[in-house]
Amino acid sequence: MEAVKERETGIADVNENQYLTFMLSGEEYGVDILTVQELRGWEDATPIPNSPSFVSGIINLRGVVVPIINLRDRFGLENRAFDATTVVIIVKLAGNDRERVLGIVVDAVSEVYSISGSDLKPPPDMDGAISIEFVKHLATIDNKMIILLDINRLINEGIFSKKETADLDVHEISVEE
Amino acid sequence: MSVDLDQFKGIFFEESFENLDAMETGLLALSEGETDLETVNTIFRGAHSIKGGGAAFGFDVVSSFTHVMEELLDKMRNGEMEADFASVNILLESVDVLRELLKAFQDGLEPDDQRALALKLKLEEIRDGASGVSEIATDSQIEVEAGDTRDEEIIGWTIHFLPYENLLQTGNDPSLMLRELACLGEMSLQVHTQRIPPLAEMDPEKCYLSWDIELKAPVERDAITEIFEWVEDDCDLDIQPVVQPVERRKMERRDEERRTGEGAGLERRKEDRRAVGKDAAPAPSATIRVSTERIDEIIDMVGELVITQSMLSQLGEDLDLAKLEKLREGLEQLERNSRELQEGVMSIRMQPISFAFNRFPRMVHDVSQKLSKQIRLETSGEDTEMDKTVMEKINDPLVHLVRNSIDHGLETPNERLEAGKEEEGIVRLNAYHQGSFVIIEVSDDGSGLDRERIFTKAVERGLVKESDELSDDQVFRLLLEAGFSTAEQVSDLSGRGVGLDVVRKNIEGLGGSIDIRSELGVGTTFAIRLPLTLAVLDGQLFKVGNDTFILPLSSIVESLQMDQKCISGVASDIELYRLRDEYIPIIDLSKTFSINENPKNMENALLVVVELGERHVGLLIDELLGQQQVVIKSLETNYQRVTGISGATILGDGTVSLILDVAGLIEMSHLDQNNGGKQQKMTNNNLVLQEQ
Repeated sequence: MEAVKERETGIADVNENQYLTFMLSGEEYGVDILTVQELRGWEDATPIPNSPSFVSGIINLRGVVVPIINLRDRFGLENRAFDATTVVIIVKLAGNDRERVLGIVVDAVSEVYSISGSDLKPPPDMDGAISIEFVKHLATIDNKMIILLDINRLINEGIFSKKETADLDVHEISVEE
Repeated sequence: MSVDLDQFKGIFFEESFENLDAMETGLLALSEGETDLETVNTIFRGAHSIKGGGAAFGFDVVSSFTHVMEELLDKMRNGEMEADFASVNILLESVDVLRELLKAFQDGLEPDDQRALALKLKLEEIRDGASGVSEIATDSQIEVEAGDTRDEEIIGWTIHFLPYENLLQTGNDPSLMLRELACLGEMSLQVHTQRIPPLAEMDPEKCYLSWDIELKAPVERDAITEIFEWVEDDCDLDIQPVVQPVERRKMERRDEERRTGEGAGLERRKEDRRAVGKDAAPAPSATIRVSTERIDEIIDMVGELVITQSMLSQLGEDLDLAKLEKLREGLEQLERNSRELQEGVMSIRMQPISFAFNRFPRMVHDVSQKLSKQIRLETSGEDTEMDKTVMEKINDPLVHLVRNSIDHGLETPNERLEAGKEEEGIVRLNAYHQGSFVIIEVSDDGSGLDRERIFTKAVERGLVKESDELSDDQVFRLLLEAGFSTAEQVSDLSGRGVGLDVVRKNIEGLGGSIDIRSELGVGTTFAIRLPLTLAVLDGQLFKVGNDTFILPLSSIVESLQMDQKCISGVASDIELYRLRDEYIPIIDLSKTFSINENPKNMENALLVVVELGERHVGLLIDELLGQQQVVIKSLETNYQRVTGISGATILGDGTVSLILDVAGLIEMSHLDQNNGGKQQKMTNNNLVLQEQ
């Protein structure tokens, strides 16, 4: 409840972490801002044959080939056409053995909040749209609930199987839920 | 001295591994019966550097171990000992142990020194055994010249050590040498400070001190000269033995003798040092050494590129139609510049194949002993350059092929004699360029492939039918199929039945192919054909549905418009296309890639015939686009491996396009037809073969 917007105080508490929030089907989700490399508008991606449906394809990010993940599809939400407000959040995270850059398609980017550790609530047992294992915490800001995602886990387990280097059929990957 | 040594450790390890490689190469040369003084010296020098570094960094196991090696080598160097087979083998083993020790230290682990200690004992045994022999050998000379000189007993040494002022600048540190001296025994020393100038004139990088050292240790003179070995030219050094009182006359003579002897030794060592610098063996490491010439060339090219760029931007500022011609010229220049630059940068990655060949002498040496076969390894074309990444990936397949040649190819000495050949079998490694490919050949002069035996075996394994009529070539290719091994006994080396098929898979994965030539009784040659580089390829762009894909131009045999009459279906799903006298399986890309599930109208559709090794398959596509050079980007960096796709590239318009992997496509399309996988692949192959 005590969480205050960063721009109002201007001072960051040591216990505070900053989160970038985005909208997905009316819900507000947050990811640790340190994992975010940049934000981009949606552009057409080259589809990868035989990839899971939530992999929209790959794009050219200044010479680097970056896969794009459709989070709506991954979370089992209803797909909607990408438009001008559709945003791709480019995240950079440590994978099992290396650093990986990928893009996440969301409906819109919302805010940057500083949330102190004491305001984070563990997620209750819920059977929501997304698997509970990818939700790290819940926080409340201005009476809105924000779902803070464990982005590392989401990518490394929810998108790439652990045996990612193994030569397995793409279809098998991440239908584990 | 409170210098942080850690920063030098990395260099020490890198150099030590290079030294070990050089030592190994040298030892192998010795084992071939060559007792060249220079070779022994190269080995000695390697051991010495490792010892020095080891001591400096506190790796006592390493330094004490190399010390014994060094003593042994010193004996060989002075001709006091023969470099016989046994001792060379022990030394080779020592090199292995050292490598293990250093690896452990490098990884920050406590090394397992049991093996080292055991081996050290062995080395000491040889050394002491040898010294016994050498004493007898040199005794006679001494007795003739000096009678009972041998009776005098050295109880210590006095050393006058006056470094020249520039000693420190050569990277040597007297304090380290003194410390090393102190390790030999009880030492007392006197420092002379009279050369130190007034503070104002003092240069901190110069050495003004000198020492008189008394060492109370009955060590050999060599043990002391060795410490000063690197600074001989940069100091006045006088080493006098302290002996039990003996007749003065004799002592003088002996001293003189020693000095002249040492002088000659000095000359020799200086020469050696030069020699070592010259032929220090190249060794693979994570870093690439690039000649400054190449870098200069690249810098020149960048310069030209910048000029072109400024010219173009000037043109862009006020462009009118009249300047169109100039613009076109500039763009042409830009294209030339960028291509040159690309080639220049690529050339940095090119390394001579000797990096890969270097490891084989040792392997052949070991394996030939294990199998008690006599084998000579001949290499040629070591200067052939290829991309470092390709080379790294080809190492294992090469090892496999060489082992295969030794194990299955070459006969035992007896069999060879019976066949009227020399006892010693030859394994030959050869490399050369052919177009944009590198060919690496592994050949042996062994018994050759027995066509009948392979065929019988293949029938047994159900790979082919007895009634099949196959050409020699087709029979030999069966060796490369999974689950095929003709070795009558499963041996330690190869012949577990996993093998050549894996080699083939690896090579095909690199976009290469493998060929077998063999003549019964004369020998066998495996020829590997690999692309020069994995980073850039000439690609053919084409469309399937709305997506653009790329095929390596080198894999395309031809493209054609299909004729309905030539298409025939076999079984449920396989469709074959008759091209002249060959039946080619068709892969419908829109189906394999799930782009468009509707069966395509084959009539007048485009078929691109690609080859993979000897096999041909046809890819059904929608539209052929242009050809262009593409830079290969890995999909695995940020995504994962995708079957049938070898990578991605960025096209001129900034979009990403996928590069097809023909081997993967074939695998996929067979998997799609039937879950039997490999079995299906075989039968399908047979179909093609039978139809011919």
